[in-house]
Amino acid sequence: MSKRDPILMPDNTVILAKDLTKMYGDFTAVDHISFEIKKGEIFGFLGANGAGKTTAMRMLCGLSKSTSGQAWVAGYDINRQSEYIKRRIGYMSQKFALYEDLEVWENIRMYAGIYGVPDREIAPRTDELLHRLGFESEKKTLVKSLPLGWKQKLSFSVAIFHNPSIVFLDEPTGGVDPATRRQFWELIYQAADRGITVFVTTHYMDEAEYCDRVSIMVDGRIDALDSPGNLKKAFNAKNMDEVFHQLARGARRKA
Amino acid sequence: MIQMPAVKADSIFKKYKKVQALNGVSLEVGEGEIFGIIGPDGAGKSTLFRILTTLILADEGKATVNGFDVVKEYRSIRECVGYMPGRFSLYQDLTVEENLTFFATVFRTTIEENYELIKDIYVQIEPFKTRRAGALSGGMKQKLALCCALIHKPTVLFLDEPTTGVDPVSRKEFWGMLKRLKKQGIAILVSTPYMDEASLCDRIALIQNGQFLKTDTPQNIVREFGTVLWSVRSNQMSKLLIDLRNYEAVDTCFAFGDTHHITFKNVPPLEQDLNEYLQSLGHKSLFIKPIEANVEDCFMRLSGKTLQS
Repeated sequence: MSKRDPILMPDNTVILAKDLTKMYGDFTAVDHISFEIKKGEIFGFLGANGAGKTTAMRMLCGLSKSTSGQAWVAGYDINRQSEYIKRRIGYMSQKFALYEDLEVWENIRMYAGIYGVPDREIAPRTDELLHRLGFESEKKTLVKSLPLGWKQKLSFSVAIFHNPSIVFLDEPTGGVDPATRRQFWELIYQAADRGITVFVTTHYMDEAEYCDRVSIMVDGRIDALDSPGNLKKAFNAKNMDEVFHQLARGARRKA
Repeated sequence: MIQMPAVKADSIFKKYKKVQALNGVSLEVGEGEIFGIIGPDGAGKSTLFRILTTLILADEGKATVNGFDVVKEYRSIRECVGYMPGRFSLYQDLTVEENLTFFATVFRTTIEENYELIKDIYVQIEPFKTRRAGALSGGMKQKLALCCALIHKPTVLFLDEPTTGVDPVSRKEFWGMLKRLKKQGIAILVSTPYMDEASLCDRIALIQNGQFLKTDTPQNIVREFGTVLWSVRSNQMSKLLIDLRNYEAVDTCFAFGDTHHITFKNVPPLEQDLNEYLQSLGHKSLFIKPIEANVEDCFMRLSGKTLQS
């Protein structure tokens, strides 16, 4: 196999992790996690602070190598083909914001350019995106003068502008008002309907209910992985908040 | 003798260049009361905290803390309040113990003198007392910041978004600590973007765009929702959201975890009509039931109203 060829993954699998592990000295940040995520799935990646979510996510994004175990993202090996992974994914977090001193269209233009969207496609797709978001009037507005909720919607749209196979969302809805938070989730649904796989972390347990499947990390391990409905049944809980508490209470690592 | 409120604010206004950060906010917090200011980023929460802790001046309006005026008697206020800002603002290069000693010394006291007050919280971070604050995890930083805000035995505590970005289990623990401080008579003014924390406060103010939408006990706010709220579920939740919004009589429709919450315009339809409409569109396992609103429902209803008016 050449260094640039993706591996063939089983039917529509876009992320495959096998015993993925990351050690920092004696400390096992991520402890043999295994899972498989399908195309178009909304996958909720939950866990307490310090459970190992960020470390796992950094490996899947090709930003850090595993100590042992393997994972493939969009067909590429995270340890040997990380540069190819970066082209096939989108990433958004609350902290990773847009450029405040650039206008809305300039931000889109820049990210699209970086991710190699052909020049002639950028302008028409920018207009189409702004139309869909109802943002046409803000095309030439500086990002810093947009309300937070708009910035987040724009930031998400920019992260999927190059039609990645997967988009990683790290606590994307922190701090926004409840109505905006729900509009944001409707954008996530639309992206998933278009076949983009969504990998999302959140501290809002009602948002865990919107996911097709949810994994819960405790002390570096994945202690539960299933649909919210099945998890609630298995833990005899009335909502995901209860499921989360039952699992995370047993954590030995102190956040 | 009339009991003096721990915090009193009267029509506070504050503008930054073009942004009206606070637009006439008033509140009163009693001794031993947990008062929650609940709203999204940019609503004006931190500005209000900074005015009450005498860090910035209001453009208009009066405020007192423990009876002291925030402008004329700011020195007395600084002696008796504890403040935990939204951003971690301890000395990252000092150890846990050094930070705490520093804050105690600034207020001319010692860790020993007020150890009782912080004991419950401090024992959890004491094993790491020689670690630099910058190297602590989020949850431990939060506990250290709370200890530092408490070390001079304040009578009023200002906590600006202490639980933002913290996982649900640690959040619950943090609120447990606040309950214990309340029992010691400390008045607590706390802000949060998490609506589910509202029920842990004695009274709350819902804030948006620099204005309080409503101030009351969480129970009263929920009781005064003003219309009947319905919960609807089917086997196709994503499609259900769209179909409900297209239904003539539906006023608002929001996803709420594993159900959708809807309200109806003036005349609510028969439950059976809605049921038949949804069945005709292919929905199965339908569940339609009136439910009690929660604070998040109330926030959306109240903020929706102010947007329209």
